[in-house]
Amino acid sequence: MSDTAYIATAWIATFGSLGLYSLWLLRRGRKLSRSVPPDERRWL
Amino acid sequence: MTVDNPTTGAGRPPGAASDRPTGPPTTGSTATRVLGVISLVGIAALVVLGVFLTPADAELGDTIRILYMHVPTVSTAYLAFVITAIASVMYLWKRTEFWDLLAASSAELGVLFFALTILNGMLWGKITWGVFWRWEPRLTTTAVLMLTYVGYLAVRQIPNDTRTRGTISAVIGIMAVVNIPITHKAVDWWRGLHQEKTIFGTVDPDMKGLQLFTAYLGLTVFLVLFSWLLIHRFRVAWLAERAADVGVDAAIAERRAERAVPSSAGGAS
Amino acid sequence: MQPRVLVFAGSNRSGACSGKVAALAVQLLAVEAVLAVAVAVFYDTTFRTPVLTVGVALVATVGIAAAGAVYGALAARLRSGTTLLPLLLLPLLAPVLIGATRGFEVALGREAGPGWPWVALLGIFAVVYLTLGALLFRPLLEDA
Repeated sequence: MSDTAYIATAWIATFGSLGLYSLWLLRRGRKLSRSVPPDERRWL
Repeated sequence: MTVDNPTTGAGRPPGAASDRPTGPPTTGSTATRVLGVISLVGIAALVVLGVFLTPADAELGDTIRILYMHVPTVSTAYLAFVITAIASVMYLWKRTEFWDLLAASSAELGVLFFALTILNGMLWGKITWGVFWRWEPRLTTTAVLMLTYVGYLAVRQIPNDTRTRGTISAVIGIMAVVNIPITHKAVDWWRGLHQEKTIFGTVDPDMKGLQLFTAYLGLTVFLVLFSWLLIHRFRVAWLAERAADVGVDAAIAERRAERAVPSSAGGAS
Repeated sequence: MQPRVLVFAGSNRSGACSGKVAALAVQLLAVEAVLAVAVAVFYDTTFRTPVLTVGVALVATVGIAAAGAVYGALAARLRSGTTLLPLLLLPLLAPVLIGATRGFEVALGREAGPGWPWVALLGIFAVVYLTLGALLFRPLLEDA
């Protein structure tokens, strides 16, 4: 692999991981909201 | 007909008996949407600048492009661990769920950003040293520090009452963060004896112009992204606790309903 | 003896913490004394600077005992505590491992340079974790 490939891997892996984690968070949030009564969803 | 009210939440029928405000069906809010948009725009700008527009560094060459992410991820990770420690102290003082969940959420994000730091460091090392990993002091202690917080997350998964879990996690969170500067100092002294080319050691202190701007942009973007992630992660943790409470209440109600059913003739139990 | 037992027996929580740290330190020092003899015999080593060697050993031991006492009390409240204790404690002791290794290398004449800065680093670790231990022992015991 060339240096450019390693640099590209670093960028793709970093923002790819963050993107996937963000999607997982958002999906989990929606799923949990459905199982919690509306008046319990307040967080503060 | 339902009223869509941003304060009280979507879907409440007008004149509903409960006056308590209700939450939205997602963990999003105006604040997170603003932060999210800023993050996305910032990431796009960082990619364009960091990958394409900034020139290669005189000493580091193109590996500086990895540094534009490596420095922000490690800074964000350390910030996350400090937030965990502060929230842990507050939990031991106030004993409220808010501080416990904030500490745990921040720790999880800290582990994520720290893992990315190690990944970027390995790729930088492959280009610079020709190997992904060396058992040199900084890398070894970095991996060990990661283990500390992985242990924190592992402890939170052990079934326990919330107060015990919170107390134990808080103690670990406080003990672990204090270890960070001590370990850094130990490694710096060790390194003083054995000079080696390292990722921070070769950062040009005279970085200026577009490179410096990109470096600061990276720090800012990751900070905003971390804020967005932390708010969502906290809200998910909060909802998980509420969902667990609902589950327990439902199980209790079901059990009571079973006991309320009159037993059939013949004494079947 | 578990710290909870000491508290139930009427000693105060900081006393239980100090007692635990002292007990651990004594046990560790006993092991280190045996190991020192073994190292001298099997590795044909002479301790050229015994003061530095003892200094490193003492200060590192106090640090390990302080961190170990807190984490021991913590692990006692976890279901898989005995399994998790090494996973939790070992990363925390990384600076002690570094400092003690370097200090002993200088003390045994394997490395040039001053050894007392390493003792100072170990001392900082010991003071920090003794202080934290005294503060954090109470919340660990109060719900036990």
